[in-house]
Amino acid sequence: MAPAIELRGVTKRFLTPSGGVYTALRDLNLAVEPGEFCAVVGPTGCGKSTTLALISGLELPSEGEVEVLGRPVIGIADGIGYMFQSDAVFPWKTVLENVAAGPRYHGLSNRDARVKARDWIARVGLAGFEDRYPYQLSGGMRKRVALAQSLINGPRILLMDEPFSALDVQTRSLMENELLGLWAASSASVVFVTHDLEEAISLSDRVFVITAGPGTVKSNYKVDLQRPRNVAEIRFEPRFVEIYQEIWNDLRDEVAVSYERQKRSGAA
Amino acid sequence: MNVRSAAARLSVLVSDPGRPVVDLAAKRRREAQRGQMNVAGLRLLVAVVFLGSWELTTRLGWVDVFFWSQPSAIVAKTWYWITQGTDLGPLWDQVLTTMEETVGGFVVGSILGVVFGVALGRSRLLSDVLGPYIKAANAIPRVVVGALFAISLGLDIKSKIATAAVLVFFVVFFNAFQGVREVDRNLIANARILGAGDRQLTTEILIPSALSWIVASLHTSFGLALVGAVVGELFGATSGVGELIYAAKNNFDAAGVFAGMGLLAAMALLAEALITALEDRLIKWRPPVATETRI
Repeated sequence: MAPAIELRGVTKRFLTPSGGVYTALRDLNLAVEPGEFCAVVGPTGCGKSTTLALISGLELPSEGEVEVLGRPVIGIADGIGYMFQSDAVFPWKTVLENVAAGPRYHGLSNRDARVKARDWIARVGLAGFEDRYPYQLSGGMRKRVALAQSLINGPRILLMDEPFSALDVQTRSLMENELLGLWAASSASVVFVTHDLEEAISLSDRVFVITAGPGTVKSNYKVDLQRPRNVAEIRFEPRFVEIYQEIWNDLRDEVAVSYERQKRSGAA
Repeated sequence: MNVRSAAARLSVLVSDPGRPVVDLAAKRRREAQRGQMNVAGLRLLVAVVFLGSWELTTRLGWVDVFFWSQPSAIVAKTWYWITQGTDLGPLWDQVLTTMEETVGGFVVGSILGVVFGVALGRSRLLSDVLGPYIKAANAIPRVVVGALFAISLGLDIKSKIATAAVLVFFVVFFNAFQGVREVDRNLIANARILGAGDRQLTTEILIPSALSWIVASLHTSFGLALVGAVVGELFGATSGVGELIYAAKNNFDAAGVFAGMGLLAAMALLAEALITALEDRLIKWRPPVATETRI
């Protein structure tokens, strides 16, 4: 079967404000199977978020090819859900309006969009909060809104950029379990970016390790843990620990490189 | 647990048989109340001292009442205007005229300001091309356009609305422009991923996001609209509060000038209250501010 997402020899350069060129990704190859849950881990600043931007079409590669669902990416395509690292729910819309936005943008009538939105709000456990504004919600609840918002259009690709990194540990594992439940009911391929290896392994089928920037895929590991999983408990399993050690050996060097660099640029 | 019960518990904890129980919450409330009363009292005191010394010094002849008038004369003048009408006709008509000019200029200037601000904020090319001209136009003391409009649009309400609109336009324009420029990139990305088209991006993301900037600018710009209307009247008019002040000045009637100023201040305060109410309606999604900074 053709991969759902494929990046071949992708390089991405940005112009820095001072006029220099910054290479975020270099010769990156990555493929995600349909329905597969993939995690991308790597040290800070290795271009993880850029990878997602390229898949979504928010950014285009400087070199190489990006294909999603068998089609080359030339701009923002349909069928993609994206959960951003920082809050990206619209502060001037209520929970209901936020979740209904996607269907409305896709041409559904206001009423139909609201009906659909109510259903999704209930699915992420926010029933009763439809008329609240984001500022009235906790961080975890805002993440639920964002999750409903990105899933409501029935995406075949779900991109997640450290979505839960700002949450406390308990809320986080709750959200992770709910995400797995919602994902299992869909058939979406997921690319989940995180710097947390534990989170990466407990959620995914495959883990890609990205090198310190400019990022490229260093290695990828199959996570052969059974599903359904309970992320709060799976980390005690012996197999989990084995996989963790294996990947960590790989990741450690990259983290060290990135840390050294930060220290140097901090000292300079 | 609310503050009150927490305080009650605390008061139980800190109380021992020898000491009276202190309800912290009640104490805090009393202190806040006393603080508010103090402020109100001091405000009144400032007014009494200011007006009293004005009245006193003019009555004692230390300050020339002919040039500086005095509070009692200003009140008398205002009362005379209210009951007997002004030289230009009933007072109400003058207030209404100036109000119409002000609101007209405010509305026209705000709409144009928002439209151009959003358009230039959205388009790099437009802002690059027009930017220098707008900056240059902004640098001129704009009240002088009142003179131009008095010539070209005549002495009726149109020239005043135009003057007021020009003053309002720049303030609203710069705020709308900045507001659009400062929109969170993430929100735009999110909207585009969700399938928003260009129009939806403008109406549902950029404008709401810029709205807090725009509304903040409305507070200043209503004052400017009033300035525009009054200046327009000074350049030539047949009615209005500005014309009233102008006429009083020509008659060396200081009390009349002050009475006109008082009317303008009252109009500005009323408008300020209305805009604040509008702001609360338009931006109800914003968390309530913890500290009141409104004056």
